Amino acid sequence: MRHGKLSPVLLRKYGFIASFLAVPLILYVVFVIWQYIQAFQISFTNSRGISPNFDYVGFDNFTRLFDDEVFWAAVRHHVVLLLAMPLITVAIALFFSFMLNLGGGQKNGKMTGVPGSAFYKIVFFFPQVLAVAIVGVLFQAILRPDKSGVINSALHAVGVDPVGWLISPGLALWTIIGVMVWQAVGFYVVLFSAGMSSIPRDVFEAAALDGAGRFVLFFRITLPLLWDTLQVGWVYLGIAAFDGFALVQVLSVDRGGPDNATTVLPLEIWRTAFTYSKYGVASAMGVALFFMTLTFAVLTLRVTRRERIEF
Amino acid sequence: MTSTPREITRRQMIRRVGLTALVAVPAAGLLSSCATSGDTAAPSTAPSAAATSATNPFGVKADAPLEVVIFKGGYSDEYATQSHEPLYKAEFPKATIKHQGIQTISQTLTPRFASGDVPDVVNNSGTDNLDAGALIGAGQLLDLTPLFEAPSIDDPSKKVKDTLVPGTIESGLGGDPAKPYTLNYVYTAYGLWYDAKLFEKNGWTAPKTFEEFKTFAEAAKAKNIVPFAYAGKNASYYAYWMILISAAKIGGNEVLVNIDNLADNAWNHDAVKQAAAAWAEIGKYMDKSYEGLIHTEVQTQQNQGKIALYPSGSWLESEQSKDTPAGFEYAIAPTPSVTAADQMPYEAIRAAAGEGYVVPSKGKNATGGLEYLRVMLSKPAAKAFTEKTKSLTVVVGATEGLTLSPGLTSVVAAQNGAGQNVVTYSLFETWYKELETELRKQTNALMFGRISADEFASKMQAAADKTKADSSISKQSRSV
Repeated sequence: MRHGKLSPVLLRKYGFIASFLAVPLILYVVFVIWQYIQAFQISFTNSRGISPNFDYVGFDNFTRLFDDEVFWAAVRHHVVLLLAMPLITVAIALFFSFMLNLGGGQKNGKMTGVPGSAFYKIVFFFPQVLAVAIVGVLFQAILRPDKSGVINSALHAVGVDPVGWLISPGLALWTIIGVMVWQAVGFYVVLFSAGMSSIPRDVFEAAALDGAGRFVLFFRITLPLLWDTLQVGWVYLGIAAFDGFALVQVLSVDRGGPDNATTVLPLEIWRTAFTYSKYGVASAMGVALFFMTLTFAVLTLRVTRRERIEF
Repeated sequence: MTSTPREITRRQMIRRVGLTALVAVPAAGLLSSCATSGDTAAPSTAPSAAATSATNPFGVKADAPLEVVIFKGGYSDEYATQSHEPLYKAEFPKATIKHQGIQTISQTLTPRFASGDVPDVVNNSGTDNLDAGALIGAGQLLDLTPLFEAPSIDDPSKKVKDTLVPGTIESGLGGDPAKPYTLNYVYTAYGLWYDAKLFEKNGWTAPKTFEEFKTFAEAAKAKNIVPFAYAGKNASYYAYWMILISAAKIGGNEVLVNIDNLADNAWNHDAVKQAAAAWAEIGKYMDKSYEGLIHTEVQTQQNQGKIALYPSGSWLESEQSKDTPAGFEYAIAPTPSVTAADQMPYEAIRAAAGEGYVVPSKGKNATGGLEYLRVMLSKPAAKAFTEKTKSLTVVVGATEGLTLSPGLTSVVAAQNGAGQNVVTYSLFETWYKELETELRKQTNALMFGRISADEFASKMQAAADKTKADSSISKQSRSV
């Protein structure tokens, strides 16, 4: 066999692989990558989306964003979301998955979860099965601001005045964050549970023999050995924090209100494109969002990089 | 209980029911719109160049297919499929009609406008309607002047424009210079809606001044009834309509015309501030929770007798028909007078032609589109519309032989009471969507006590100035 030429065997092998890759690759390029490229292109135009004719306007659309208070309100909300939502979700999910997998202490020399943990695992996953729109509609009823709301009627029963979960400007964004956390926790419980079950049990047992309590077990053993999974979860949640469109659209007062208190970039992109017919500006927002998300993902992976512990 | 997505879409239809002004002075705009430039007057792109005749004034090709897109909201689309389209087909038996009844007009049709493959008639309505100003700017809509100049189907000796309620054509003006691009088909009155039976039982009458409004509010409160409420979550524009109507009553229609024209300090006008202050006082009687409710939830409360006055338009009765309990009788009242020196009397109401229909200029059968609108403006078609939708049309005398509901009867009475005192409809709502979005936001802030009337005016003025300075927004203007 001579070097430098593909033998029929190799050719067939690579041809085989390529034929499998080609279709998804083409689909991805046509339906995903191409749209990104077009969004970049449109962000430099004054396109209104209803005519094939438009002019290039340079960075006009981007400079316009600098003076747009609604745009900055949305960006601020993403910062809050980015700080709060993943942190709360991961903390709750870690607590639950620890309790479900290791919280029951030792039984017959093995670490177990709290009683009924197999059942809880399934229950926690339920919200993940529901479409976001359904979650939104459910919470509409739960968070209704008058006495007929699920939470407010319970509060009313114990003599507390109805709380304007979504109508107090200071509370609304946190309410939305609460719903996002509620929806996300189940998935991360399952994810972290899977991560925990891949940690060799003898590590825990050895630590337990040395007298480590649950607290030490969690912070000194579980957390470090779960780092990779945690990192993945953090990136997922961070990207979710750049979305929030559906929940805000369904739940908030007048789509992003009151007084811009809950608006997010995807909602403003949608509004700018479909309500204001400013596809150029909307695409510029999209490009800004693209870079924010990208920066976040790269930073997270860089900052949280640690030496991997092999086991 | 009332928060299903279906009902959210039910409300979308109402959103655009009232599109534009029904100006009480008809003739001026018409004269100017006769002088159309040649490039838009004739649907030149149409390959359907059949000969014109008295019965076929636009020269529609008999076998040319017609594509109709109807907003399937509160009016549904049965009036089109069961009446208007069959009537068109009776004229052109060889033509096939492609019908589409949808809710997301903008999302569905925007790509089609961009690619040039457009339908022949579009019912541009709903929350997700197309930005008509942008379409006009891009030359995508047909000037409807030939339609209004064509002979009427009912009486060929009359022109179509002479069979319509005055102001209909002006209400569809757009572009610069203004031409009629939109046919607004539904006749709508705006005001405060109440249950006549409830008022009768309590010996109440609708308040005629804001002083009376406050006395009334205390009386209603004593009976555990909320005097006035609207849904802040998705219908804050119901409340800003009331503020704008009051502003027009105080200072005359020119206040609203100036707002539409983005005139300097139009929002800082005393009439706007006085109207906002008066309504903010009434807002204090509202529970904070109404900001988080949607319109159907609030309307249900009114049906249950928990709310006395509700701001809305004349579609309300048919929208609520399934939920209205027996013994509940809708009636409309004009907005109360604010000062003794108001320019318009208490009886003045806002009445407007709404629910727009447009003919895309680049459609394959644009002449057929015009003809379809001419069919819609015939009495049989208009009568069928009123029967199916319980709403009045702009066609004069099309309700002959129909028995009107209590609500529509009260609308007719209010109209007679108002006479020539008609508050004009604000065109900026469709012209400048950014400004409209800001107004929704600030209306909630005002009515739920977060800002004062002065702050309301200055914030709106800032938004109007921003719109005016934004070169990417094509400007429109009106004289009446």
